Amino acid sequence: MDNVVDARGLTCPQPVILTKKALEQLQDGYVVTVVNDRTALENVIKLAKSMAYEVDVEEKGEEYHIHIGKGVDMTRADLDHYDGVTFVIKSQFLGEGDSELGRTLMKSFFYTLTQMGRAASAIIFMNSGVALSTQGSEVIEHLHALEQSGVEILSCGTCLDFYNLKQMLMVGQVSNMYNILDKICSGNKVITL
Amino acid sequence: MGFSTADDAGVFKLNSDTALIQTVDFLTPMVDDPYLFGQIAAANALSDVYAMGGYPLTAMNIVCYPKCDDIGVLSEILRGGADKIKESGAILVGGHTVDDNEPKYGLSVTGIVHPERVITNQAAQPGDRIYLTKPLGTGIIATAIKGEMAGPEAVEAAIKSMALLNKNACDAMVEAGVKMATDLTGFGLLGHLMEICDASGVRARVFADKLEILPETERLAAMGLVPEGAYNNREYLQDRIRIDDSLNAVIRDIMYSPETSGGLLIAVAADRYGELESAFRRHSVDWVFMGQFLEDGPSQIEVVRS
Repeated sequence: MDNVVDARGLTCPQPVILTKKALEQLQDGYVVTVVNDRTALENVIKLAKSMAYEVDVEEKGEEYHIHIGKGVDMTRADLDHYDGVTFVIKSQFLGEGDSELGRTLMKSFFYTLTQMGRAASAIIFMNSGVALSTQGSEVIEHLHALEQSGVEILSCGTCLDFYNLKQMLMVGQVSNMYNILDKICSGNKVITL
Repeated sequence: MGFSTADDAGVFKLNSDTALIQTVDFLTPMVDDPYLFGQIAAANALSDVYAMGGYPLTAMNIVCYPKCDDIGVLSEILRGGADKIKESGAILVGGHTVDDNEPKYGLSVTGIVHPERVITNQAAQPGDRIYLTKPLGTGIIATAIKGEMAGPEAVEAAIKSMALLNKNACDAMVEAGVKMATDLTGFGLLGHLMEICDASGVRARVFADKLEILPETERLAAMGLVPEGAYNNREYLQDRIRIDDSLNAVIRDIMYSPETSGGLLIAVAADRYGELESAFRRHSVDWVFMGQFLEDGPSQIEVVRS
């Protein structure tokens, strides 16, 4: 059963408030908000999009019927919002170019990440990136701090083997391609550095 | 005696030393606290005198109030207004009250200025740097307050900004010899800037990344708590404004949104801005350098990032 919010003739911000209440109570299905001016139309669309709903507008004479429903994007947007970002670190250096600069930037990156609250949900080290999670790394203390604050730290097992570093792992868990792909495809935002 | 008009207030030349500035403005409540509402409405009305480089002499209360309502609330509104009038150095000399279902409060203000030193919106020159003395976002936060969606940090910051007199900003620009200013109100940043462009025959460039924005404003705008005036302003102006594609809809809405008791938008010649900035510092004025006027041409505004 659709929920209808009749916001015709109501002034801003009432159409937004009433639609928000209806959406918060919505189990499934749609909310249809009916408005008759462009301010209310645009504001209700903004609200719906900010709450990661899908919107379809039907124009009926002087009125706009705004259909707002939960689409597939809903879960994805929520995860983004609450779970932060998954970082894939594919090298021990940040960026291409001078390796000394790349090393400094990487240190600065992890330090900054520790200062940003829950920005990251997981950090995955691939290829020479595993040098950062193993003995001799300059960022171990930052990674420990991140792990303490709930960030999942994963190092690629094949890569640790290849560089002969498996015994040297200092932080987080050894992982495999299956788990890593699972993380990358889970719907969280993924950033590769 | 000569007579001229400008957007912010009426100006009437009495003699070679003195011109009268007269203005009237009143508002419906945008915050719950009556004392703070009184302060904001008074600061908003006094602002027109400051925008013209004058100083206020006398003020009269304009009150609409339901006759059955709590008279204690009204006296708090008037107390807020009286405190701001006092802070401005003006004297409250009277007023008038009308029975009305929705409360409204404001002032009629009379100020003076030297006729040769009236600051208008017609005096912007190509190359002038543009300064703004208060953050943007009061209109959006006021809309959110009506919907009970604004957080305490946003409410507090917006009230502080709206209740702040433009007195110090005015003193600073007068000392720095500024010729062009206006105050930000219903037409929003871009609307008031367009007025200046039309009146002065210049174009303007806005550096969007330089703009100071009140806390939570972006989140609230993204939720659709955008006042109707923003859409009207956009409708009216958008054909003459070019906005960098990389700027999102939220910052566009903020630039088009009406402001209540906004800051002064000031132009200063590129070789004199140091004087203005040091005057701002002397008078503890919060400011951003957020744009530049460009040479004649089709009257229009371009908004870039920086």
